[in-house]
Amino acid sequence: MAGVMAVAAESLAGGRARAARTVLDQVVLPGEELLLPEQEDAEGPGGTGERPLRLNAGVRARVRVVCGPGLRRCGDRLLVTKCGRLRYKEPGGSGGGGGVYWVDSQQKRYVPVKGDHVIGIVTAKSGDIFKVDVGGSEPASLSYLAFEGATKRNRPNVQVGDLIYGQFVVANKDMEPEMVCIDSCGRANGMGVIGQDGLLFKVTLGLIRKLLTPDCEILQEVGKLYPLEIVFGMNGRIWVKAKTIQQTLILANILEACEHMTADQRKQIFSRLAES
Amino acid sequence: MKETPLSNCERRFLLRAIEEKKRLDGRQTYDYRNIKITFGTDYGCCIVELGKTRVLGQVSCELVSPKLNRATEGILFFNLELSQMAAPAFEPGRQSDLLVKLNRLLERCLRNSKCIDTESLCVVAGEKVWQIRVDLHLLNHDGNIIDAASIAAIVALCHFRRPDVSVQGDEVTLYTPEERDPVPLSIHHMPICVSFAFFQQGTYLLVDPNEREERVMDGLLVIAMNKHREICTIQSSGGIMLLKDQVLRCSKIAGVKVLEITELIQKALENDQKVRKEGGKFGFAESIASQRITAFKMEKAPIDTSDVEEKAEEIIAEAEPPSEVVSKPVLWTPGTAQIGEGIENSWGDLEDSEKEEDDEGGSDEAIILDSIKMDTREVSNIGSQDAPIVLSDSEEEEMIILEPDKNPKKIREEQ
Repeated sequence: MAGVMAVAAESLAGGRARAARTVLDQVVLPGEELLLPEQEDAEGPGGTGERPLRLNAGVRARVRVVCGPGLRRCGDRLLVTKCGRLRYKEPGGSGGGGGVYWVDSQQKRYVPVKGDHVIGIVTAKSGDIFKVDVGGSEPASLSYLAFEGATKRNRPNVQVGDLIYGQFVVANKDMEPEMVCIDSCGRANGMGVIGQDGLLFKVTLGLIRKLLTPDCEILQEVGKLYPLEIVFGMNGRIWVKAKTIQQTLILANILEACEHMTADQRKQIFSRLAES
Repeated sequence: MKETPLSNCERRFLLRAIEEKKRLDGRQTYDYRNIKITFGTDYGCCIVELGKTRVLGQVSCELVSPKLNRATEGILFFNLELSQMAAPAFEPGRQSDLLVKLNRLLERCLRNSKCIDTESLCVVAGEKVWQIRVDLHLLNHDGNIIDAASIAAIVALCHFRRPDVSVQGDEVTLYTPEERDPVPLSIHHMPICVSFAFFQQGTYLLVDPNEREERVMDGLLVIAMNKHREICTIQSSGGIMLLKDQVLRCSKIAGVKVLEITELIQKALENDQKVRKEGGKFGFAESIASQRITAFKMEKAPIDTSDVEEKAEEIIAEAEPPSEVVSKPVLWTPGTAQIGEGIENSWGDLEDSEKEEDDEGGSDEAIILDSIKMDTREVSNIGSQDAPIVLSDSEEEEMIILEPDKNPKKIREEQ
């Protein structure tokens, strides 16, 4: 930490922007400016503006870099808005674009984002819509027609206090968020009312993203323990159900603890559970 | 902002778990969470952590004129505040009920029990007495505020030192801390509140409820006791009917708990005393572990895993009604497979799908092994026969949930 703090202090004191490439996987603080690779040549080591004359100045290959969460575009540079580690992903596939930069930060408060799948709790039924609490600043609205197979005569069986798994179709800072339980083809695809038993608990957003990566080890190990059903909401809520209450509690505690454990500790715990 | 509503599923789960004598964090019914007491650099400042519930206590004193009808006694003033950082539901205008209740209970516990000798706070009778002010701030709400607040209050009072005063005839000299060491307050005993939460109309009882348990409880019984087994305050809220022997049992449990907590407090006070005398470092900064980003550490909860013995195959072999297995996956065309019922499949042969339904109902181990070996990223799940299991291959990283039957008519019949 001391090393990082020294670097951060130096950059803030100097006021110079650093190249994003040099800061990858390090802690960045809000307010820092980052230079993209193509601009590093211009801000050379001298910094006083001495540059070699170019005959065709201005014609530089423009690469499209995606600015992920925690970063904002500020002129030609990236401005850091959240503290955390800077990450970069290479552009895959047919070489299009310039990759993605983002900041991995710890957060428990959820902000609705369009397309996110979340677990909500129905708080009110008013006329044609349900009000669903998703953990954001406002409850989201869910129309009763947004379920698979629902028509005006055929209403879905949703009570106040039920759990709903759905995705956002409208989520921005100006409007009330709206969610639906069907996808663009009209099929439920796993969304809808979540069954009766089971336990709902809350974790940080970072843990959810970690658990939802492809080939997540934690989930594979948990799956080997005993049969279970599990739903992850991007708003930090997890619903879990196993055969007995004891098993459900064990699962909930393991998932909550996974955040603070190293891989070795986790393997130990799993092996102990598998034996007993 | 509004409190997050409690879903039906959580409420049901918690009540069922309590009936089976299981708590969310693995405690027993009479167990307290870990209590951690840390002191600040000033005398009279402490933070008490009861699990994740955190209360900051600060004691200060001032020379004032006494009340008219109590000319020879000092003044005690208690104030508990629910900070907005404790829970999203605490807003400046919105907390009045809970706040009033907690403050009132604290006052009764500490003032009416006469744990502090107010006569000793008198400097000049009728003119100058000490006013001791205890400010408590709730920093994080994870249930059982009253216990944490009472511990913080009494610890802060025991830790506090007031400036020394000497009276010679008409002359009163107030010494600064540099001239003479400050003097501790004279405390007779340490009253500590113990909370009991009741569920299902008084059938089940839990000590030290956490936030989830408080949401589903029917009533709360708070007993304030000291280590000499004297009850200082007793309060029952929530309107449940308690039997006489229940209350007696609770008071016995409270006696045991108060002894343990009092020992802990004594130890903490002694440690702090020792560190200060030896000239070591003290204060909040020393008690925070450095080189760690997370503020809360998960304590190792002793989880009883004695029930978790059978392997998956044995569970399936027992074939209890709610947990039946999926049938073999049927490959319709390359790239399209179906497991179980589903909505009507319009791509494959109709006769094949009818044959499928005959196959279901058996619970074979081979099938379960098949589905585990399948190279999908789902966690294996067992559903009831009626409910279709949907493989969400199209979603990148979603997990499968159990859906109620597609046909709404069936749902109504089940209910």
